[in-house]
Amino acid sequence: MSTRQFGARVERNVDPKLLRGEGAFVDDIPLPDALHVAFLRSPHGRAQIVSIDTSAAKRHPGVAAVFTSDDIGALDVEMPLLIPHPSMKNPKTQRPLARGDVYYVGQTVAMVVAVDRYTAEDAAALIEVEYAPLSLEMDLAKALTDDAPLVHADVPNNLAAHFIQTSGDPDDAFARAEHVTKITVQVDRSTAAPMECRAVAARWDAVSGELTVWDGTQAPISVRGGLASVFELDEDKVRVIAPDVGGGFGQKVLLFYPDELLVPMAAMRLGRPVKYIEDRRENFLGSSQERTQIHTIELAALRTGEVIGLRDFFLHDTGAFIPYGIAVAQVASTSIAGPYRIPNIFVEFKAVYTPTVQVTPYRGCGRPQACFAIERAMDQLAEELGLDRFEIRRRNLIAENQFPYERDGLLFADGLKVTLDSGQYGKALAMAAAELGAENFAAEQAKARAEGRYLGLGLACYVEGTGLGPYEGGHVKIHPITGKVYVNTGLSTQGQGHDTVFAQIVADQLGVSPQDVIVVEGDTKAFDWGVATFASRAAVVSGNAIHKTALTVRKKVIEAAANMLDVDPDQIELRDSAAWVKGSNRFAPLAAIATASNPLRYAFNKAAQAATQFAPASKHDGPPLADGQAPGLEATDYYSPSRSTWAYGVHGAIIEVDPGLCTVKIRKYVCIHDCGNMINPMIVEGQVLGGIAQGIGGALYEHLDYQADGNLANASLMDFLVPYATEIPNVSILHLETPTPLNPLGVKGVGEAGCIAVGAVVASGVEDALRPFGALKFHQVPLSPNMISHALEQVGY
Amino acid sequence: MKPSIFGYQAPTSIDEAISILAGDPDAVVLAGGQTLLPAMNFRAANPSTLVDIQHVADLRGIEVGADVIVVKAMTRHREFELDAEVARVNPLVAEVMQHVAHVPIRNRGTVVGSLCHADPSAEMPLLLVLLGGSVIAQGPSGQREIAAEDFFQSFLTTARERDEIITEARFPVLSKGAGWAFDEVTRRHGDYAIVGVGCVLSLDDGGRASRVQLAACGIADTPVRLNEAENTLTGTVLGASDLDAAVAASAAAVTQPDETHVSQTYRRRALGTLIRRMVTTAAQRATQMETA
Ligand SMILES: Cc1cc2nc3c(=O)[nH]c(=O)nc-3n(C[C@H](O)[C@H](O)[C@H](O)COP(=O)(O)OP(=O)(O)OC[C@H]3O[C@@H](n4cnc5c(N)ncnc54)[C@H](O)[C@@H]3O)c2cc1C
Repeated sequence: MSTRQFGARVERNVDPKLLRGEGAFVDDIPLPDALHVAFLRSPHGRAQIVSIDTSAAKRHPGVAAVFTSDDIGALDVEMPLLIPHPSMKNPKTQRPLARGDVYYVGQTVAMVVAVDRYTAEDAAALIEVEYAPLSLEMDLAKALTDDAPLVHADVPNNLAAHFIQTSGDPDDAFARAEHVTKITVQVDRSTAAPMECRAVAARWDAVSGELTVWDGTQAPISVRGGLASVFELDEDKVRVIAPDVGGGFGQKVLLFYPDELLVPMAAMRLGRPVKYIEDRRENFLGSSQERTQIHTIELAALRTGEVIGLRDFFLHDTGAFIPYGIAVAQVASTSIAGPYRIPNIFVEFKAVYTPTVQVTPYRGCGRPQACFAIERAMDQLAEELGLDRFEIRRRNLIAENQFPYERDGLLFADGLKVTLDSGQYGKALAMAAAELGAENFAAEQAKARAEGRYLGLGLACYVEGTGLGPYEGGHVKIHPITGKVYVNTGLSTQGQGHDTVFAQIVADQLGVSPQDVIVVEGDTKAFDWGVATFASRAAVVSGNAIHKTALTVRKKVIEAAANMLDVDPDQIELRDSAAWVKGSNRFAPLAAIATASNPLRYAFNKAAQAATQFAPASKHDGPPLADGQAPGLEATDYYSPSRSTWAYGVHGAIIEVDPGLCTVKIRKYVCIHDCGNMINPMIVEGQVLGGIAQGIGGALYEHLDYQADGNLANASLMDFLVPYATEIPNVSILHLETPTPLNPLGVKGVGEAGCIAVGAVVASGVEDALRPFGALKFHQVPLSPNMISHALEQVGY
Repeated sequence: MKPSIFGYQAPTSIDEAISILAGDPDAVVLAGGQTLLPAMNFRAANPSTLVDIQHVADLRGIEVGADVIVVKAMTRHREFELDAEVARVNPLVAEVMQHVAHVPIRNRGTVVGSLCHADPSAEMPLLLVLLGGSVIAQGPSGQREIAAEDFFQSFLTTARERDEIITEARFPVLSKGAGWAFDEVTRRHGDYAIVGVGCVLSLDDGGRASRVQLAACGIADTPVRLNEAENTLTGTVLGASDLDAAVAASAAAVTQPDETHVSQTYRRRALGTLIRRMVTTAAQRATQMETA
């Protein structure tokens, strides 16, 4: 037998190309004669447009066209509300180009198309817009008050959505409580900051009537459907390609960003290819962001530390528009009880319009906020009850024999009841304690304090509902000439290594090496059924679809090989790119089987001779293709998850705080992680580590500095502090593998896991480190030196 | 983030460069471009012409003299950082340099460019002020030497006339036996300092500070020589109460107003901590010298 590929640390197929700089991102696609786009963006948070004069810009040499909302015809409508939900009373979405009003700094007001980006920017600067600025409110709580200035005149109190979910009987739990703890915590606004900003290029072929769009999107098929409908084209006449994409993290899954409509429109109108390469500043101003939530959470506990009830009320900043519905807030509210039993839950949120770019999911999608709330509350409860932080968690974790654990009344992002399907929560906690050296930490801490060093232990647990439906597909085909296997699915990849894990899944079934499995995705011409890459779903949904498909192809290979080698199918085994008669040296290469499975008239090469009608291998009694049979070794199948599968983990850290400079150093970081069966542990670790790095950004560095006038003060990578490699400690990642019963591969998603718990871990550790100075509280992330300084000042240090 | 149209000139002599600058009020010098080019991409700087001085042979190189290190205008940060002679006569340089940006930026950015940019949080201006160095400015009307404390006037503003080129910076060597230290607090490795403190001091044979130089960046609109703290410490054994007094004496030097993430109070706390630590480290590195 070949060695099993599923579970092996297979090196990523995609890396050589990317490391050699041979990747092809949107800006690398050769488009001779292409025109380039620059946008004029609103300098105001909230204003009325009094007038726009584009005449000077239009006259500027090299300008092909200038568009305002008056010039874009049928596109001048509000863009789609992607995920409707009854909790939204009057959901607002944006127009491609502002009409009448602007709602945030950076909103697109006009589009210039010119011979190059330099010229386009020069011309954009010549557009004269007169604005009448309106008053605005950036503070979430104040924005809800009766006299706050409104983002949308017809949405009272800026209330975008209001939603309450209840599980069990929380009132009764609070009445029975022996101890109640309550805190208010905040996670601040951040952004994904992908290495490659967004990018769109389009070419219109007037002869064939075909529109080709290269879009660094996470959702090419969905974008294709949208474009076909907007431009009233046949879906088959629209091809959307997401080529190599430099990171997405959720930011690249919106239908639509204005450019995604306007660039194809310009290409069609002007009859020349058009491209728009978003620059970093625009990414900060015009692409989705996430995170600000303010939670006030209460835990009702017994004196033993058992938490019997939870109440959480939170404010969620949704920006000026809500195209993605309440997804982020809903995920936060359904993740609020974490891995704990807590049978009685009341969770209420208000989503608030603010004059800022729209909020849509960013890696973590509400979970970092929920985790921060529950974990900081658990720490406080432990302190108040005089319990160890590990112990209080141990007493509340869902036990292995309690799965599936349902939270009646809480509906997750798939519209179904939250059901934690499987896990070894207690074991993960014990592993974290061991790996951290928690038992000896008090001594270590005391010793360090004697030397004037302040060490603290931080701890947090998290759960992550992953693998959202509705479905994805897989297409597997063995190439007749090379014997290589071609695999397609409807996702796109932003660097995760889909091509390798999907190859591993297929390799095991067909007895080939993963390097001989070529995965092509992100191209609607290659495969055009499916949804998108988001919600830690690729391995779960596409992975299982591809697995099912590979099983079908395997069956076809074995039957065809049995026919060719003249043995029973159960005598055939697949390995080394061939079908072998078990226990013999007789075999047929996959290439030959694939060729022979396609009845041929013409022998175009030697291998093809075997498939022509007078060749011995093509013996058959009836027609060359029997009824119901298809040529070649190929199949397509789909997987649609019954519900989400829940991954989880425990993170801990040893943190050193320098009270003199108020700086934080992570001395040790430990992650115990369980995403079910791992297809490729190396890729899992890459995902987890990348997530932790992003989480460290959110815990200590990344904060969007919106000013009271709506301007973003740090819209550059100089001032928005994405951590460098120098800020990321070594992380020890230990795995648990609890297969989910929900899908054939037993896999759970892993994409978002790493970032969820980090804020809570860091705040918990900093609090612990600074305990000698008093009971300082850190209830907000990112946690800056300034905040530590301020807290120390409060206690007179 | 594309610059507007600009011209480009690559003179090969200082005189030629100066005459281009003198003839065009919107022309600016281009050195390593690590500050100027991003500013142009943001259209925060819109020069008519870039006068690229990298082809001027007379503006290259480092000369280590008996008292002073001459750093010519096109010397890259990295050359200054790695120069063995410089390290021998002034080990503080390398200690400071590792905090300036990142290696790829130090490979291109110049020491003099950093002085001309005059960011009050930057390390190079602090170093020049700390050591009591100077720059040489050359313009249509000739050459002049400008002392560090006169050169840095306010935020991003120097005493340089716009048609002058700074041809070199002059960093004094450390005196024999002197101790030195530099450190800073930043959010991330390689960022501009929130607060940075450098110290050079000499001890007499009784272990008392015979000479103390202290300077800070990030606390005001220029790098600041902490004269009062220097005076407080001179003649003492640099004990805890001496340090307390020096810290107290420098509190008023922090004039940078509150910012969203950095309050004045925090800068003062960090300044105090760094003064204590830098003076202590410098004292440990100093060798006690017989007073003449
Ligand atoms: C990501 C990043 C991080 C950085 N971090 C730091 C840091 O931590 N600390 C720090 O100190 N710096 C930092 N820098 C700036 C870096 O040190 C620059 O190289 C330096 O500030 C300017 O040097 P330059 O040679 O690149 O000058 P340029 O960008 O070419 O010029 C800067 C200015 O000085 C003028 N100028 C330059 N040379 C002369 C001359 N000889 N005569 C007259 N005028 C002249 C130019 O006209 C221009 O106005 C950072 C830069 C980047 C991009």
